[in-house]
Amino acid sequence: MNAVTTHRSAEEIGRTEVGPRPLPELGEQRAAADLSSVDTVLDNGLRVIAVRRSSVPVVELRLRIPFADPADTSVGSAHAARAEVLANTVLTGTATRTRVDIDTELALVGGELDAVVDPERLALSGNALVSGFDTLLDVLRDVLTGATHPADEVERERARLVERIRLARSQPNVIAREALQRHLYGDHPYAKEMPEADEVEVVTRDEVVALHAAAVLPRGSVLVVVGDVEPADAVRAVDGALGSWTGEGEAVALRPLPAVEGGDVAFVHRAGAVQSQIRLAGRGLDRTDPRYSALQIANLIFGGFFSSRLVENIREDKGYTYSARSHPEFTPGGAALMIDADTASEVTAAALLETRYELGRLSLVSPTEAEVDTARRYAIGSLLTATSSQGGLASFLVNLAGLGLGIEWFTGHPERLAGVTVEQVAEVALEFFAPSAFTGVVVGDADVLAPRLRALGGVALS
Amino acid sequence: MALPELHRFTLPNGLRVVLAPDSSAPVVGVSVHYDVGFRSEPEGRTGFAHLFEHLMFQGSESLEKLAHFRHVQSSGGTFNGSTHPDYTDYYQVLPSAALERALFLEADRMRAPKITEENLRNQIDVVKEEIRLNVLNRPYGGFPWILLPPVLFTTFPNAHNGYGDFVDLENATVDDCAAFFDAYYAPGNAVLTVAGDLDVERTKSLVDKHFGDVPARPVPARPSFAEDAPKGERRAEHTDKLAPMPALALGYRIPDPVTEVEGYLAYLVLAGVLTDGDGSRLQQRLVHGDAIVVDVGAGCGLFGPLEARDPDTFSVTAIHPPDVPVERVIAAVDEELLKLAEHGPTERELAKVTARWVSTMHREHDRLTSRTLGLGSAELLFGRAELLYELPEKLAAVTADAVAAAAKALRADARAVLIVKPADGGTE
Repeated sequence: MNAVTTHRSAEEIGRTEVGPRPLPELGEQRAAADLSSVDTVLDNGLRVIAVRRSSVPVVELRLRIPFADPADTSVGSAHAARAEVLANTVLTGTATRTRVDIDTELALVGGELDAVVDPERLALSGNALVSGFDTLLDVLRDVLTGATHPADEVERERARLVERIRLARSQPNVIAREALQRHLYGDHPYAKEMPEADEVEVVTRDEVVALHAAAVLPRGSVLVVVGDVEPADAVRAVDGALGSWTGEGEAVALRPLPAVEGGDVAFVHRAGAVQSQIRLAGRGLDRTDPRYSALQIANLIFGGFFSSRLVENIREDKGYTYSARSHPEFTPGGAALMIDADTASEVTAAALLETRYELGRLSLVSPTEAEVDTARRYAIGSLLTATSSQGGLASFLVNLAGLGLGIEWFTGHPERLAGVTVEQVAEVALEFFAPSAFTGVVVGDADVLAPRLRALGGVALS
Repeated sequence: MALPELHRFTLPNGLRVVLAPDSSAPVVGVSVHYDVGFRSEPEGRTGFAHLFEHLMFQGSESLEKLAHFRHVQSSGGTFNGSTHPDYTDYYQVLPSAALERALFLEADRMRAPKITEENLRNQIDVVKEEIRLNVLNRPYGGFPWILLPPVLFTTFPNAHNGYGDFVDLENATVDDCAAFFDAYYAPGNAVLTVAGDLDVERTKSLVDKHFGDVPARPVPARPSFAEDAPKGERRAEHTDKLAPMPALALGYRIPDPVTEVEGYLAYLVLAGVLTDGDGSRLQQRLVHGDAIVVDVGAGCGLFGPLEARDPDTFSVTAIHPPDVPVERVIAAVDEELLKLAEHGPTERELAKVTARWVSTMHREHDRLTSRTLGLGSAELLFGRAELLYELPEKLAAVTADAVAAAAKALRADARAVLIVKPADGGTE
């Protein structure tokens, strides 16, 4: 390359007269400021968690309404389709506001509001300049208690949803996710994250309105407010705005899932794919389990951050992948451990072999003190950075609340992590990271993958 | 909005430094922006700037391969890097007790990165996987940031693929890396930014301690990448065998953000008026009114606004069902632009865009990663980190007439039209 006419060699660049220098020690860590907060339940049954964080004049809001299919199986159930249309029309009109009114009023206070649904919950998330907090709450009240799901909006959103489902199902990660969920949970409603296009096409406005009346309920729901507001004032404002949101019964929580059991990996053919999706899953622990912190550290060591064994092996040593990771997924009544990697077709089987090797090694050979310490410090530090913004903290707290936990779990977690021993990590690793504890799917081109996967074994090729 | 204090100084070796203290949380962000991006790659070496970014994580004189990751993460921190048309950035966000360690890590690789054949070959494989993941194996991969520039631009620096072709990547040599490092990674070609929980005087002395003895090297003269705007409409078609539906991107040239920032910001407001929120012009018309697209977006810069020097791009993108002719979508966009050119946006539309921007900027500043990187790129590209804090006020000052003029300048006879076709034409 002719960037300059003369330059040093790579070897010359890589050394100086002084030579290698010592890594500076860490300084004294200042504790995070105490967050003043209120965690209470309003008369209508809505749990409200309000936290003051005043770094910017903004308020963040996260509402979680349990929104599960009351049926035991997704087969023949229209719930997912109706819920999807509901989420896409809940912000499109009320008795007093049109879709454009809602957008305009929010925009003028620097605000936005968004609704998404999954098999577990309907989530309304938003924010605004703190001066517009009342407007944000009033719009929220209006859509919760008075959304009309206008017929023309239902019609348009239904048509658009069909197209968007098509778009989503063309993405390799979505194809892999759907295959994995079906493989793990079969017809359990948890596995149905996206309805079928033909189910959406037949959803009527009346069905959506009926679902809204029956299922958009304050009891069982939680609202998290984080921002430049006094928590008690925030709760008063929420009560004033949402006190009129009432309804019979309690929002529907998803029934517990069957635990993930190890077994063969299912193969999913995708013709012409130049890359494969490896998606493995095993059983995990929920955040309230006394062994959770040890499992969190074991997961980090395995594949939970960049300095993990999996990333160092299949990315930094062998170059099989750009992205590999493992992470917990909290599910109703439990948790799963997920392992994801996308690899070139030619090296997919080898990457799966190395992944199993790392699983076996972690479960059978105790990790070192240094590995545990690195993971522990990362867990504590990344909790601090991830929650150092209002939005990050609000999202973290609403997820905790969905598991029935509050801010004290968050503030107490660094201490729990500090107490984890190497022996405890080794113990949970043996049980939860055994290769035999995992199953999953591989999506890729069978022509390229089948001979090697067959040789490797443990993959069900049809 | 109150302007947070900024401290700025330059070390004798030329390294520019920006400090932005804020003690609201005990975390600190450290970034280094180098003034080289993929527009500086020579022909035959597409993707080199990005490949080199990967190599900067692979060890240095004091740190073995993998040590950088381990030291950042065992300090409780997160890290990454990214390559843009005009710069390459590296960052760490950590508990503030790790500030000195973060400065040490950045200084060590600025002074003496260890570039080896083994690491180069390994990272070529990793980058190829990154390209397969984000482009080759994904519907609409590289749309529009890789696909639109070759239609809008004609010169190699502006038009080529910044991710790179596999052949070019495989041909990269260790000596190419040495030449690239010596030319572009000089301290005088970089900006160091430290934001968050820091003491200014102590940080100054730590910066001096760790970066002060990185030897000065000549800084290359930055060439102009200017080229003429299209003289007519330029069209191109791209077949995407994975895409389920057709898509299109319209690309236009916009004013130089360095010399005409007010003119540039009129386009940022225009983008908001066109596609931000359900009440915006193109959402109303294309999504909710005519219902001829599934999604539509508009914006300045293919990596976001104020992320590149001249020449920069304004783009409108849409994905539409196969039974909607692409000309119908383009005609509707043109009609809405014409209306805005003739009558301008309403005061209310301007107020909406301004208020949302104020709020968005506050929220971005609240995330330490985006604040650190935003300050660093503004200092590097425009010489003014404070531009980040002035944006809400400057956007609020954009007039309806300026937005009308911006809409008028998005002419059909000086734009690029990229049409993405599914391999099977799109099936219902």
